[in-house]
Amino acid sequence: MTRTRISYLFLAPFLLVFAMFWIWPIISAFRMSLFNTRTNPWVFAPEMNWGRLLVDPAFLNALKNTFIIMIVQVPIMVSLAIVLAVLLNSPLLRARGLLRFAFFAPVVVSEVAYAAVFRLMFNADFGAVNRILDIVGLPMVQWFSNPTAAMSVIIMAVTWRWVGYNAIIILSGLQSIPQDVYEAATIDRVSKVRQFFYITLPLLRPVIVFSIVLSIIGSLQLFVEPFLITNRGGPGGATETLGLFIYRQGFAVFNFGYASAVAYTLAMIAVVLSLLNLWLGRERT
Amino acid sequence: MSSLAARRRRDVIVLHAVLVPLALIWLFPIWLMFVFASLPEQALYQPGVRLWPGTEFFANFNALEESTGFTRTIFNSVVVAVIYTALSILMTSMAGWALARYRFHGKAVVAGVVLGTMTLPYFVLVIPQFIMVARDFGLSNTWFALIVPPLFNALGVLFMRQTFIAMPNDLFDAARVEGVTEWQIFTRVAIPMARPTMAALAIILFLFSWNNYLWPLLIVTQPDMMTAPVALGSLIGLTRISWGGIMVGAVLLTLPMLVLFVILQRHFVSGIAAGAIK
Repeated sequence: MTRTRISYLFLAPFLLVFAMFWIWPIISAFRMSLFNTRTNPWVFAPEMNWGRLLVDPAFLNALKNTFIIMIVQVPIMVSLAIVLAVLLNSPLLRARGLLRFAFFAPVVVSEVAYAAVFRLMFNADFGAVNRILDIVGLPMVQWFSNPTAAMSVIIMAVTWRWVGYNAIIILSGLQSIPQDVYEAATIDRVSKVRQFFYITLPLLRPVIVFSIVLSIIGSLQLFVEPFLITNRGGPGGATETLGLFIYRQGFAVFNFGYASAVAYTLAMIAVVLSLLNLWLGRERT
Repeated sequence: MSSLAARRRRDVIVLHAVLVPLALIWLFPIWLMFVFASLPEQALYQPGVRLWPGTEFFANFNALEESTGFTRTIFNSVVVAVIYTALSILMTSMAGWALARYRFHGKAVVAGVVLGTMTLPYFVLVIPQFIMVARDFGLSNTWFALIVPPLFNALGVLFMRQTFIAMPNDLFDAARVEGVTEWQIFTRVAIPMARPTMAALAIILFLFSWNNYLWPLLIVTQPDMMTAPVALGSLIGLTRISWGGIMVGAVLLTLPMLVLFVILQRHFVSGIAAGAIK
């Protein structure tokens, strides 16, 4: 047997699933986006779905919400993840296992389970958050009927769940930095804070870029949180994301063509933002 | 010297003054899940914040079981996750092996396309996948539909490929001289050496399948084929079940993974650090 044949035999199961459930759907989705899928049979009408994108206020609202979440949430979470990773990596840390567990545990909690808990915690009438605000003398918040508050619940929830994940990635980057760099800096009386900004951050750059790219792609695809925590993007579409919008167009209205056009737009945004990040984060020599 | 010791003590205090309160905030939602899973419904409406578990866990469990048949859905989730993990591990190691160890026509194309899918949002695929599996094949509510379409996993392949690349050539060449087939080299020589990586990958794959929500939500319509996240999700926002029952479901979904995480933390962490799956 030739090498090529052996290689493809090893690749066969993987490529079969890949071709059937990835390649074909990707092509099929693009084709669908060019058709009016609400007639039987479908009618070729490329301007219909793609043209609608520019003028559909519901789509533009979902796009805006997705971008707001991304622009606010990703920087907060990645900065927090960097700080956590540095602190959790400190040789001075006691009860290391327990403290790591606290931040890493949310990563394994099911999305549905955590959505349920957050919905209960932020309940305006009997949720723990409002009870605590009340006890410490702060005004209670109508978390799910105020648009800004609902948005901040989503941001807090996503940050809670994913910060540990990003901290793990950054921690692995930290552990690959040789210790003698810090020892030399300490001998030269460089302060810990300056060491962080002039040694740690620059050396972590590739890992941080990786973590930002993953977080951006993740935030573009938010679905479970607005679906379950804020009850289908409530109040009144204030937390509707692109993921939820595609779900609705695809599986509530069954407008497959339009949903596919939105999905392709989402994919293009993801690719452009990922490339932009890799370009901005490239090694400058 | 004493000033150095004092500075060190100050650093320790500052470090923990930041981390410990933050850690408590992060543990709070999980703790609350356990607390409300074991409290009677009236406890919610009483003033104050209940921070200690009660004794009503089994009453809440019975309420949950009555409204959804939750035990059955947990069973479904276990079956799906176990088969999914086994198949996915086999597929990704075979593909990773080919990409790591052989030179063949089209290798660059295969590797490039696989890598290229990593930034692709799942929402691009989900509609045609659904149309194909549910409408064209008529496979809604089947094990096949739950397990096979999500099998593709680019990062798993890259993860396995890295592992096989790092192995020394001589070992495989020695086996080849003895006339061992390529398949036997893969299963008898390479796989045993790759065990730690495979363990890490298996955990991440199992977690992904266990927590997967959108695809099973779409492809399952019969209650007896639902996975646990779908069944639990269908209760959120309804008034026919108590919060206690929902929290029991959340605990049953979360606790096994937390226990696994505690036992296998090292594998989890190396799996995530390698970016095995999001």
